[in-house]
Amino acid sequence: MPTLSRLSLVAILSLIGSAARADINMPVGVTPISKEVYGLHMLIFWICCAIGTVVFAVMFYSIFKHRKSKGAVAADFHESTVVEIIWTAVPLVILIAMAIPAAKTLIAMEDTSDAEVTIKVTGYQWKWHYEYLDSGINFFSNLDADHNAARQVDSGIDVSQFDNYLKEVDNPLVLPVGKKVRFLHTSADVIHSWWVPALAVKKDAIPGFINENWALIEEPGIYRGKCTELCGRDHGFMPVVVRALPEDEYNAWVAENAPVEEPVMTESTGAATATAVASADDDREWSMDELMAAGETVYNNQCASCHQVGGEGLAGAFPAITGSAIATGDHAAHIDIVYAGKPGSAMAAFASRLSNSDMAAVLTYQRNALGNSVGDTIQPSAIKALR
Amino acid sequence: MSTAAAGHHEHDDHGPAKGWTRWLYTTNHKDIGTLYLLFALVMFFIGGGMALIIRAELFQPGLQLVDPLFFNSMTTMHALVMIFGVVMPAFVGLANWMIPMMIGGPDMALPRMNNWSFWIMPFAFLLLLSTLFMEGGGPAGGWTLYAPLSLQGPDSFAFVIFSIHFMGISSVMGSINIVATIFNMRAPGMSLMQMPLFVWTWLITAYLLIAVIPVLAGAVTMLLTDRFFGTSFFNAAGGGDPVMYQHIFWFFGHPEVYILILPAFGIISSIIPTFARKPLFGYASMVYATASIAFLSFIVWAHHMFTVGMPLAGEMFFMFATMMISVPTGVKVFNWVATMWRGSMTFETPMLFAIGFLVMFTIGGLSGLMLAITPADIQYHDTYFVVAHFHYVLVPGAIYSIMAATYYWLPKWTGNMYDEKWGKIHFWVSTVFLNVLFFPMHFVGLAGMPRRIPDYNLQFADWNAIATIGAFGFGFSQLIFVYVIFKCIKGGAKATDEVWDGAEGLEWTVPSPAPYHTFEKPPAQYS
Repeated sequence: MPTLSRLSLVAILSLIGSAARADINMPVGVTPISKEVYGLHMLIFWICCAIGTVVFAVMFYSIFKHRKSKGAVAADFHESTVVEIIWTAVPLVILIAMAIPAAKTLIAMEDTSDAEVTIKVTGYQWKWHYEYLDSGINFFSNLDADHNAARQVDSGIDVSQFDNYLKEVDNPLVLPVGKKVRFLHTSADVIHSWWVPALAVKKDAIPGFINENWALIEEPGIYRGKCTELCGRDHGFMPVVVRALPEDEYNAWVAENAPVEEPVMTESTGAATATAVASADDDREWSMDELMAAGETVYNNQCASCHQVGGEGLAGAFPAITGSAIATGDHAAHIDIVYAGKPGSAMAAFASRLSNSDMAAVLTYQRNALGNSVGDTIQPSAIKALR
Repeated sequence: MSTAAAGHHEHDDHGPAKGWTRWLYTTNHKDIGTLYLLFALVMFFIGGGMALIIRAELFQPGLQLVDPLFFNSMTTMHALVMIFGVVMPAFVGLANWMIPMMIGGPDMALPRMNNWSFWIMPFAFLLLLSTLFMEGGGPAGGWTLYAPLSLQGPDSFAFVIFSIHFMGISSVMGSINIVATIFNMRAPGMSLMQMPLFVWTWLITAYLLIAVIPVLAGAVTMLLTDRFFGTSFFNAAGGGDPVMYQHIFWFFGHPEVYILILPAFGIISSIIPTFARKPLFGYASMVYATASIAFLSFIVWAHHMFTVGMPLAGEMFFMFATMMISVPTGVKVFNWVATMWRGSMTFETPMLFAIGFLVMFTIGGLSGLMLAITPADIQYHDTYFVVAHFHYVLVPGAIYSIMAATYYWLPKWTGNMYDEKWGKIHFWVSTVFLNVLFFPMHFVGLAGMPRRIPDYNLQFADWNAIATIGAFGFGFSQLIFVYVIFKCIKGGAKATDEVWDGAEGLEWTVPSPAPYHTFEKPPAQYS
């Protein structure tokens, strides 16, 4: 028994000694709520340590003193109503004392009123889409391409070269400091959960539901988080990165990025589209090389998670592109499955997610790479005609 | 007294049948108990092997070994196997062996159904495990099978659902049998409040099972029709509600958590008094605490769902109700400590496992109290902190209680003493590696590592490497357990009828090994 007690003692002491270390404890965070939550966390942690210490002290005292080998003779008591009432009532009082501050914080967390900025966060397999409802800015946020290459099975790339491995995106969410930001969470496919520890914001993104949440960031900086609800194969690879800017820099960023025209609304989602769907470029004839170059990037960002970088798919789960009847067959069916998706499966409709030229490029890429060699192109104008 | 009711055979054909058909056709509670326990042991290594695949991939950042989809399949299957294939069958096996002997009954009340309850299980798990070899692989949406993710899975999903139905049928039949046995087969004069706590906790567990397994069956049937027959129970696009699935699932799932721990409470309440040589402190309060926990288990389910976007009033209710659970659970821990207090303790292997249970289950209980605080839970939810919490209550909780029970009753089952030295080595090696495995998970969880991810940021690398070392150490040290069990079955020092010096209860009044039939005539001491 002494070994066990020493072990638990070492564990407890090391925990106490380093409770403030960021690598083993909850971050304090940069919002009033996250600081309150950290306070509650530490309060309940110390209460648990105190209870544990008392219980284990009594237990181990008994283990050392009341052992037969030391000649202990068993007493005969086995009941005491008074004692039972005491150790029912005392924990109850501790719990009530704990419940009051917890309830206060919870009420504050749920109060999303008077927000100055509202952002709609939509989960997709496996990326986030942000839409600034006030200014119309909207974009997808994917895992950084270098990280994505490194995280493939047996990539041969040393992941320790990345400072924020799996926590870097192409387009971070930009937020103002000192303003109450309201988040609206929803999903386009399965349930995801948007979590940024430093903001103490974690809310499920559920298809058909819109959840609310808020944060008031007090310090500029970059705050990183992850999807925390299992959402399929690449659940571990859809990070959240928030860039908090001082108000003037944020306003400048908004001015620079706000769309000039009204955002295009598409039928399938009713949402503003990710990138400018239409472009003057759509009407010209694109060359094979142009389409293939653009198509490879789009394919690796949008398709490779399921259909795999080499197009071989995963048997039974995700069909192969290589040698696929659709990807090597007539244009209409190939365009349709990417444009409209396949209901009831993980294949999403990309009509609102890809521009005409990106969709044409990725279709052309699928027909002429990944082991396929149909030899024709699909032009942006063909996609434009569908809209 | 020790030879009282046993050994007086009225027929010559009373022993076990010869050959392998004995095990197929048996209606004997001891045979069926043995089958359940051996089944659980086999599944323990299968589920453990899956855990080692998970830990091997997590040993280093980067993906070295498995595809993320297969990784998800391993986390899903590991949980289903450990919950439905290890802990539940092991508890049913212990109930089969011990409840009739503890209440002085000749067998289970419904012996033929008992045979059927067991023999469904291997086929259910054959169905479940076979999905790993089907096109598209096994289920990969987590053991909770949350819609709509689980509905994206391959066609093998139908096999998963049918296997869950079979496991459920087996559990419900086993539970009905246990309830019928306890109410009808007790020795004349034995009142409910004279039953050993293991019998009490199982009685309450059986009611929990009967109440919630049909709820699970309903939930997975709705998944089945959504996936294959075009219904939209959980499909938002068809007017369904994905959150409803979670409510239904956790209405089953939370009582299920207590199904996995209440029989453990009963086992610990048998072992600690034996080795403290002192009666259990607060027997009646233990019974009431168990019943309170069972009642509360029905009104706390949504604490698994604090991030789904419930109304504030709902979050408040589930926070307060969840915190309340720590009161009866605390009473139990205090009662066990009071039982040890001023006892005359010895520390044979069952007692070591019982104390290991007490210490580490309490750690898991305290982290559970932290998780009850909703604002903090929103940070903890779906991180490794939760993984650490439920492994502390399930491994040194449920699993340790099963190991303690095995060492405690093995001499009664086999008639031989197990190897005490190797039993103690098993305990100490397991306990050290177990903490190396699970304690660091608290750290990485608090620091921000989500659960169910196959790859992670470098900041979590050190603790994950340590946890993986612990996992392999813990996994391989279970071979000692197998060694001790089979060595004991084959031979060893002859066990006395009472086996343990301070043991109380009817099971210690029959010879060791317990004859094929016990208490054909009821014991007299209660009438």
